[in-house]
Amino acid sequence: MNPTTNRYTKEHEWVRLDGDVAVVGITDYAQGELGDVVFVDLPEVGRTLSQGQVFGVVESVKAASDLFAPLSGEVIEINAALADAPDLVNKEPFEGGWMLKVRPSDRNELGKLLDAAGYEAHLKSLH
Amino acid sequence: MPVQYPTGVLAEHHAVRDRAGLFDIGHMGQLEVEGPDALEFLQWVTTHDVSRLDVGAAQYSLLCDEQGGVIDDIIVYRLAETRYLVIVNASNTEGDWAWIEGQLGRRGRGVNPDRVMLRRLSERTLLALQGPAATGVLAGLTPADPGALANYHAVETSVAAVPAMIARTGYTGERGYEISFDATHAARVWSALLEAGKEAGVVPCGLGARDTLRLEAGMALYGHELTRETNPYEANLERVVRHEKGEFVGAAALRAVRDSRPARRLVGIELVDRGVLRADYPILIDGAPVGSLTSGGPSPTLKKSIGMGYVPTAHAADGAEVQIDIRGKPHAARIVPLPFYRRPRPVPRSSSRKNA
Repeated sequence: MNPTTNRYTKEHEWVRLDGDVAVVGITDYAQGELGDVVFVDLPEVGRTLSQGQVFGVVESVKAASDLFAPLSGEVIEINAALADAPDLVNKEPFEGGWMLKVRPSDRNELGKLLDAAGYEAHLKSLH
Repeated sequence: MPVQYPTGVLAEHHAVRDRAGLFDIGHMGQLEVEGPDALEFLQWVTTHDVSRLDVGAAQYSLLCDEQGGVIDDIIVYRLAETRYLVIVNASNTEGDWAWIEGQLGRRGRGVNPDRVMLRRLSERTLLALQGPAATGVLAGLTPADPGALANYHAVETSVAAVPAMIARTGYTGERGYEISFDATHAARVWSALLEAGKEAGVVPCGLGARDTLRLEAGMALYGHELTRETNPYEANLERVVRHEKGEFVGAAALRAVRDSRPARRLVGIELVDRGVLRADYPILIDGAPVGSLTSGGPSPTLKKSIGMGYVPTAHAADGAEVQIDIRGKPHAARIVPLPFYRRPRPVPRSSSRKNA
């Protein structure tokens, strides 16, 4: 259920390379833990992120949770659909619920992330 | 009670507003006060005027300490001539019990401790069935007539053949009922209510929905809007502090607060900018912090974020602009009247166009 085309952080973000663009979101596990998402606070286009930095906040009915940048780079697009339909994060965490597109500044950083099998092992360790 | 059931907080919240929801609130404390001096003892330990209760009636009330700080918010039911039920918050049950027992020896209002029997009903549980469909669903399971029960009234009867007290009380802003009975039958009554409510769309609800529903209804949550550091006047609860009944614990301190006018007041706040209000976020006026939110969250019914908090009385006017510091950034917000949500009143059947 966690796509093998993605890389993952231990904080439950995913990133998928699409040509020279990295698409970022949160995992199905993360949305399930958060419950109904009601607001996603995203950075402005043009901002430069560094790997591991807080780039935004996802707010569910229950709580606010920080979002961590899986890769360094410049934000080139944010998912405007989330402004009116934040529940896309719940319904389609790996597709329509994506959050950011980033132009990665250092692809070697991918090596610090988990692959799908590694992420699933990480999830098991949490329970 | 879990935070949510599999359908999630939003679905549960809307179910209660549109149909009905069932909450397991068995964690709340239930105390019985009985005997010839039960009334005077309750007059001593609570702030409301218990003598106003007819048999079968209930009142929202407070326990306050000698300084006028709120120990707990409670509901007092008069179930028989000299028998009362007190329902207290789960997290306060131990402390309330010890405090109430301790007050017995003080003989306040001339109470003779031998003429009051205090009993902790730890064998009892409590379910809440809340929402517009609640009356019809409950009516199918009890010989009583829940539809005829007035707000803040209770009746001892049975539900699903289990002896139970049904009260028309709740914590959601909807018409609804709280049902107290022996916990050994908890699973049976729970299932019977869900089964009877299946067609009407009754769903089990958790703590998450309980919190969003009570926040929309502008109801205080102990530990948030009410603490030992808050007094009833600043919490807009002066209606439940009845000095005319005579002495009670905290009366002198509360009279002083009343006469000096409270320095701050609990207000409703709605967020104008995008985002979500949360408890503890600082409230700013012209950029300067004046207090913090006691509760906050999304309002699924109103589709905006709402919260409550204490602000200086001079700034507590409805419509006043304030800012809320959300993670270091001031967000525009405004003070609005409480409650945020009031359930639509059903049009009385007797009303006719002839009168219009």
